[in-house]
Amino acid sequence: MHLDDLAEQAATIRARDAETEHEIRVCMAASCQSSGSGQVLDALRAGVEPQTQSCRVKGVGCMGLCSAGPLVAVAAPGDTLNASRLYRDVAPTDAPAILDNLGNPEPIERLHCPTDQPFFTAQHRIVLEHSGRIDPDSLDDAIAVGGYSALVRALTELTPAEVLREVTSSGLRGRGGGGYPTGLKWSTVAKMPGGQKYVVCNADEGDPGAFMDRAVLESDPHRVIEGMAIAGYAVGASKGYVYVRAEYPLAVERLTNAIRKAKRAGFLGSQIADTQFGFEIELRLGAGAFVCGEETALMASIQGLRGQPRPRPPYPAEAGLWGCPTLINNVETFANIAPIVREGGDWFAALGTEGSKGTKVFALAGTIVNTGLIEVPMGTRLAHIIEVIGGGIPGGGRVKAVQTGGPSGGCIPRAHLDTPVDYDSLKGLGTIMGSGGMIVMDERSSMVDVARYFMEFCMTESCGKCVPCRTGTQQMHALLERIAAAEAGRAELALLEELCEVVQATSLCGLGQTAPNPVLSTLRYFRDEYESRLVD
Amino acid sequence: MPGPASQPKVRVVTFRVDDQDLSAREDETLIEVCREHRIPIPSLCYLEGLSAWGGCRLCMVEIVGQPRLAAACSTRVVEGMEVHTDTERLRRYRRTLVELLFAERAHVCSVCVSNGHCELQTLAQRCGVDHMRMPRRAVSYPVDSSHEMFRVDHDRCILCTRCVRVCDEIEGAHTWDVMGRGSDCRVITDMAQPWAESETCTSCGKCVQVCPTGALVKQGTSVGEMVKDQHFLPILARRRHPR
Repeated sequence: MHLDDLAEQAATIRARDAETEHEIRVCMAASCQSSGSGQVLDALRAGVEPQTQSCRVKGVGCMGLCSAGPLVAVAAPGDTLNASRLYRDVAPTDAPAILDNLGNPEPIERLHCPTDQPFFTAQHRIVLEHSGRIDPDSLDDAIAVGGYSALVRALTELTPAEVLREVTSSGLRGRGGGGYPTGLKWSTVAKMPGGQKYVVCNADEGDPGAFMDRAVLESDPHRVIEGMAIAGYAVGASKGYVYVRAEYPLAVERLTNAIRKAKRAGFLGSQIADTQFGFEIELRLGAGAFVCGEETALMASIQGLRGQPRPRPPYPAEAGLWGCPTLINNVETFANIAPIVREGGDWFAALGTEGSKGTKVFALAGTIVNTGLIEVPMGTRLAHIIEVIGGGIPGGGRVKAVQTGGPSGGCIPRAHLDTPVDYDSLKGLGTIMGSGGMIVMDERSSMVDVARYFMEFCMTESCGKCVPCRTGTQQMHALLERIAAAEAGRAELALLEELCEVVQATSLCGLGQTAPNPVLSTLRYFRDEYESRLVD
Repeated sequence: MPGPASQPKVRVVTFRVDDQDLSAREDETLIEVCREHRIPIPSLCYLEGLSAWGGCRLCMVEIVGQPRLAAACSTRVVEGMEVHTDTERLRRYRRTLVELLFAERAHVCSVCVSNGHCELQTLAQRCGVDHMRMPRRAVSYPVDSSHEMFRVDHDRCILCTRCVRVCDEIEGAHTWDVMGRGSDCRVITDMAQPWAESETCTSCGKCVQVCPTGALVKQGTSVGEMVKDQHFLPILARRRHPR
């Protein structure tokens, strides 16, 4: 396939779509579905039959403002989310009113959710550019907005080395939490000798309160497939795996569907775009162990072994799946690849900060008005995210702390909310960027309870292989229980700190090494809360 | 005329451990070299002749210029590296790790068949563990005495997986494996059935000999009587994989 053929195909689909006057988009991502968007879609579809043919009702992916679901957008074909008329908390009984109002210049006031509010206007969407606009189950929809054009361009116009150069110059860093430079990882795998290589997409998202990867897979699965295929071309791999947790049935369904359709259309399989390059993708479902998000445990699990980590080096780039060089990246990392190849590495590098380029998707959760999914440029101040985009604390309360990075991260106190969000600034505050979970807490939250909650999570998710993580998390959890219940004294607090140090320094994998972080960061900023509960 | 001497495939490197200059083949791990030179590095999961596991974390050492500690069992020697194996910090960590192991299960030395011949006990003495700062985990596990010659007492197991590895790598039976997560992990025979009902066990007893504690023992032993012999392992391993 030539790039022009694909562009022509996209133009044909767009022209066909443009024949309908209105497009009604119903969010069919997991969170809106759980508040009943499926029935809303059915009611709209049932209502539209007797009307004119100039209206198309379609299910789309996540629009971001999950707390206002079910969300329905009325737009002209091709409109962006911000250009559409958005309705919130839509019930199936609202369907006739929405359909009746189609031609009306005024929206329905009681359902209207203005898209000129900061939640929408202050975002910068790259990963989520098509999320909430396209039907994730439709390959035509993906092609109409430029899907697979980056892959076809890479295969027909660029050498693997040129793709690597774009990814390297983009400054993209791994979005799974570690922040390792993606270009460096890709070049390492590319330079490894040997025939068989693999590309793995880590979709084992497990941090409490984080749902970025789920939303991307549910909303725009073709973007991830495209990113993986480009990676395969760049590093010389012909086989990819997506390791996705079985708790994401909708993501699994859409991804399975997308892989099948991409293969049928010739974007996967052998001789993609009439070149010598072939690439296959297979799904592997995780059984819900948090530790399987750690790359060596994940690869063991793909191979059918017990999901537990092994010492590194050798790193996966050298010896990964079945001992072969393996490139392993997170969902969001792969979702950034197509735009980078399309627009160029320099375009991407112009966004963000010195050390952290591009944008980052965050899952806003906790005590905040607008819970949901947002994407902002790196370097956006925390206060801006919480107060402006997130709408602050419900009822006008004060933020006490923001938790980032899940069980591996820490709490940022109110005093540091002016910090720009990037890998290095967050690290300096004793937390991490992580995969993008952001939990906002108000004055009523107890920081000891927060630490105890995350320690319990790590304790139950420890695989049991290494002593410090297996037994240390359990002892730290017991100590936190005692402190929370005001049964512990100074000696116990000292022991807790000692255990934090030992577990951090000696654990085998990232899970154990970072398990003390929630305790250490709350001790750093909220030590008085611990001390006020001591009994001697 | 003799042909040209064959080129060595592996390089030999020199480095320093605790201010002692050493040389080793670059495919050797730190713990192998230290054992060879009688530099004591504590470990419970590592055993010469078995694959490295990296689970007990007692063999952690400091490498100058590296921010993180390294496990000596899974770190290859590198030209010019400078290693410290016995700093104040490492001693403190090791003491805490041994304490954590004691607190995890019901290790009562006075009534253990391995009393006096137990690697965990010896290590506790060497590391200076003289009291417990943390409470014991109040969970008790069953004993499996179904096998006619051997017995497994999970209360004395430290999950080092030497039994799993020796059974898989040396005996080739793979009777043992691990089930569960976190502190509830348990070594199991076949699909977690009684040992006597295992269809793969050859009753060779290697698992019992390599077990560092009184978790795997011979039937009919009483307190302090269980002495283990691990000499067979490096000999077997060397015969099978000559260097």
